[in-house]
Amino acid sequence: MARGHYRILVGMAAGVGKTYRMLLEGRQAQDQGIDVVIGYLEPHDRPETAVLSEGLEVVPRLRTAHGELEFEEMDVDAVVRRAPQLALVDELAHTNARGMRHEKRYQDIADVLDAGVDVISTVNVQHLESLNDAIFELTGVRVRETFPDRILDEADEVVLVDLSPEELQERLRAGKVYPRERAAVALENFFKQENLAALRELVLREVAEDVEARRQPSALEPLSKQAVAERILALIEPQSKSQRILRRAWRSAQRLGAEIDSLWVRPRGYEPTAEEAIQLAALRRLASVLGIHFLEEDGDDLVEAVGRVAGERGSTYVFVGTPDERRRVEILRGSLLSRMVRELPGLDIRVVADRALREEHGL
Amino acid sequence: MTGLAFWRRRRPVPPGGRRLLVPFTNGELDPVVLRAAIRISKVWDATLVPAYLIVTPLGFNLDSPMQAQVAQAVPLLEAVEHAGLRAGLPVDARIETGRSATHALQRLWEAERFDRIVVPAPTVRGHGFTPKELQWILMHAPYETMILRPDPELDEERRAAYSLEAVAG
Repeated sequence: MARGHYRILVGMAAGVGKTYRMLLEGRQAQDQGIDVVIGYLEPHDRPETAVLSEGLEVVPRLRTAHGELEFEEMDVDAVVRRAPQLALVDELAHTNARGMRHEKRYQDIADVLDAGVDVISTVNVQHLESLNDAIFELTGVRVRETFPDRILDEADEVVLVDLSPEELQERLRAGKVYPRERAAVALENFFKQENLAALRELVLREVAEDVEARRQPSALEPLSKQAVAERILALIEPQSKSQRILRRAWRSAQRLGAEIDSLWVRPRGYEPTAEEAIQLAALRRLASVLGIHFLEEDGDDLVEAVGRVAGERGSTYVFVGTPDERRRVEILRGSLLSRMVRELPGLDIRVVADRALREEHGL
Repeated sequence: MTGLAFWRRRRPVPPGGRRLLVPFTNGELDPVVLRAAIRISKVWDATLVPAYLIVTPLGFNLDSPMQAQVAQAVPLLEAVEHAGLRAGLPVDARIETGRSATHALQRLWEAERFDRIVVPAPTVRGHGFTPKELQWILMHAPYETMILRPDPELDEERRAAYSLEAVAG
């Protein structure tokens, strides 16, 4: 059975209109003759969404009790048995009550999709696992309900539901998101102007990156990618002088309009010393700030590993520091640079000079 | 024999050698401060570690790419590196990020070892660390700290003669 089509509506915060949009799309689909059900709708007590949900079939929820508390969750089996063409499922990052088949709602959704049912779901950007630290730094709030980034990657469509921070604050003040007494507290905390602006920036970037990621594989095959774009591979070692190689690669990349990867080929089984671990951490941080992809490969043959990675990444340039080889090794095995020229045909090789040597030689 | 002589002439700085940290930010390191830092490094026989501190806005992860600031930092660091090398000093440049200049500085000295820090005081043109930042550095730096103040009498004409390019040689 073909897996259902998965469409995720993502927003910067509660109240931007994700649920409203989900219901609207559900109604439009129903008007076109598609069999639609509500798998789960968060009971936000918002009049606009209540009106919009009228006329859409609701699959009864599963009830469970823990002590005196009663919980309601999506009944996955009931949705699958009902077998609609499209199910609307709110808040994919939600954590289910204990005793449910899955811990998280996005896992329930996966079961529905596997049954061949299309799903439209909603989520706020602050629940994205990789943004958890950034959200905490921005808002001081540690979000507990997270979902893995792969859920967005695996979705067929990710759609941004956007609203300006000012409009969202206006909706809050009008009591359209939370009851008025709760809205006042929210406006002074999570929904502050600066928080919303930062969250909006995050969600815009996230969706833009998603669009970019979807565009690349279909638009450009690896071979044609090589033909149209330069890509630099900077070879580094866990030494501070490698920082200069990264900076030189970055400067060249600016002129070439190239992407940069940096690569450390770690001899198999080799454990970096404490000093090398510090240098590696510093190199990683520098690579991040410069927008360089940091790669680590295990291998005992540097040239072979470089050739393999260059092939995989579509590299056109290799940046290498001044080799620090012993003369004896050069005589016995051939110089590293000679081997690179010989064994990496089609790749430009650039040696980043050690400036200290230039001064020593009075150049 | 030429090859052997070539390798012998290399004097890599031992990992445990002394390191003088010279942090700077806001797109400029005062050339007067740089000259002084170079002189101090020579006297102490230390590696010069110029470090450009990038302030990452709250809306970004701390290690997000910062293209505009990096575009200022990289050429500047290379000019400083060149100036140090021409003076015969080993140079080990750094770029560090933080939510503020002092946060970046803290991240740097938490990750690496230094022996002394030379900090530029504010200049008439508003570069260098602010008095508040200097106070913080003096209270929190785990190393001996020197604050260098560019000559306040230095007029623009003489300052131009001290430009980084002139220092670089």
